[in-house]
Amino acid sequence: MEIPKSFLGYKRENGRAGTRNHVIILPVDDISNACAEAVANNIKGTIALPHSYGRLQFGADLELHFRTMIGTGKNPNVAAVIVIGIEPKWTKRIVDAISKTGKPVEGFSIEGVGDIDTIAKVSKKAQEFSMWASEKQRVECPISDLWISVKCGESDTTSGLASNPTVGNLMDKLEPLGVHLCFGETSELTGAETVCAKRGKTPEAQKKFMKTWSDYNDFILKEATNDLSESQPTAGNIAGGLTTIEEKAFGNFQKIGSRQFIDVLEPAEEPTKGKGLYFMDTSSAAAECVTLQAAGGFNIHLFPTGQGNIIGNPIEPVIKLTANPLTAKTMSEHIDVDVSKILSREMNLDQAGDELIKSTIKVANGRLTCAEALGHKEFVMTKLYRSA
Amino acid sequence: MANTDIIIHDEKDNVGVVVIEKITPNQDCNCWIMENDKSAKIQSKSEIPLGHKIAMIDLKEGDTILKYGHDIGKVVKNINKGEHVHVHNVKTKKW
Repeated sequence: MEIPKSFLGYKRENGRAGTRNHVIILPVDDISNACAEAVANNIKGTIALPHSYGRLQFGADLELHFRTMIGTGKNPNVAAVIVIGIEPKWTKRIVDAISKTGKPVEGFSIEGVGDIDTIAKVSKKAQEFSMWASEKQRVECPISDLWISVKCGESDTTSGLASNPTVGNLMDKLEPLGVHLCFGETSELTGAETVCAKRGKTPEAQKKFMKTWSDYNDFILKEATNDLSESQPTAGNIAGGLTTIEEKAFGNFQKIGSRQFIDVLEPAEEPTKGKGLYFMDTSSAAAECVTLQAAGGFNIHLFPTGQGNIIGNPIEPVIKLTANPLTAKTMSEHIDVDVSKILSREMNLDQAGDELIKSTIKVANGRLTCAEALGHKEFVMTKLYRSA
Repeated sequence: MANTDIIIHDEKDNVGVVVIEKITPNQDCNCWIMENDKSAKIQSKSEIPLGHKIAMIDLKEGDTILKYGHDIGKVVKNINKGEHVHVHNVKTKKW
């Protein structure tokens, strides 16, 4: 198949391209959710991104909170941003960082004003942003404007056999065209960590990966109260035939095909070393991982599933594929790409990779994913430890 | 081409994955080895559902399970060729 050289996206002020054109209402903290949701309810064409944190966090955990907030606002799938926080200072820090992209962004704080007047004031600005964004047109963008993140979930052995290698096949075909790629799930590479580390392009990248993995593994061993059975692998993984974390890890690892990674990113960190594959330090919980990857600037997501994970994200479209014929049949409304014919050998990996590329371009052009049509917008902040 | 009942990732692997809805005891199964596109046969001893593993050889307590050509855990209870391989007879070496 000849791979399309372009897709139709939204060109942003900073040169990046979006596959979506969202106007988001971003609460800085948990107590600003109500206000953000009221505004999104008032003004059509906007979405609120409620979450559970943002108060009394400190140190690395606070930095991660800011990085996630700011990265979400900066994502090219977002046309304009309203930030609402209880206090002005943290609100302003987020607004100032997002404004560097050149996109419209405005912050509001609730203290001394109250919800009702804030909602009125913010709604006027949100209406302006929504109507402004609605005029934006899709234009032809080179395929290298795609920043593709990947993460699998509710995996079973069909993931490692077929749906993850299909993603790997896509990576092998698209990386030479200059796309950015990102995989994560630090804990879920346990058992395959030394094999994965060898895929680092430089000794520095390899070393950084091993340190990142070891730190995460030390944390798990410190907190673990048993052998993690039913956590890693999950009960769903086990029902699907996965027996150990090592087996899950080697299956997971198929998603990067034969690629090498350039660098290891902090959670929600934007890559800065140019096109190619990056590893991001993330948890293996689907919504946490995709939220961090979206905050890193990735604009389209590929999600292989075995037993049928149903996750979506509010700003980054999540394309789901499965190779499990039972899941494809019983959960068809969640599956964008069915590659189960690989198991019956009626389809090979090359053909499956081509099918996934076609679907990826369609979604990049604007076709809704199953998760979008079903209203999945899981936005989950990663919290490193308790607040002060 | 005969229907494939079991797929084996790598020639070194001592387990295969059932890729049909289930296999029943004493079923003669066709296996396909992905790595080198070779075929093999095995007779099952257990009922094994889609996605679950079958032992391709006799395995003893302490043996290592190989899949993708790599170590994915240790045998904690002897397994005969053709039997179901899962959490009841294999454990992680990691956690």
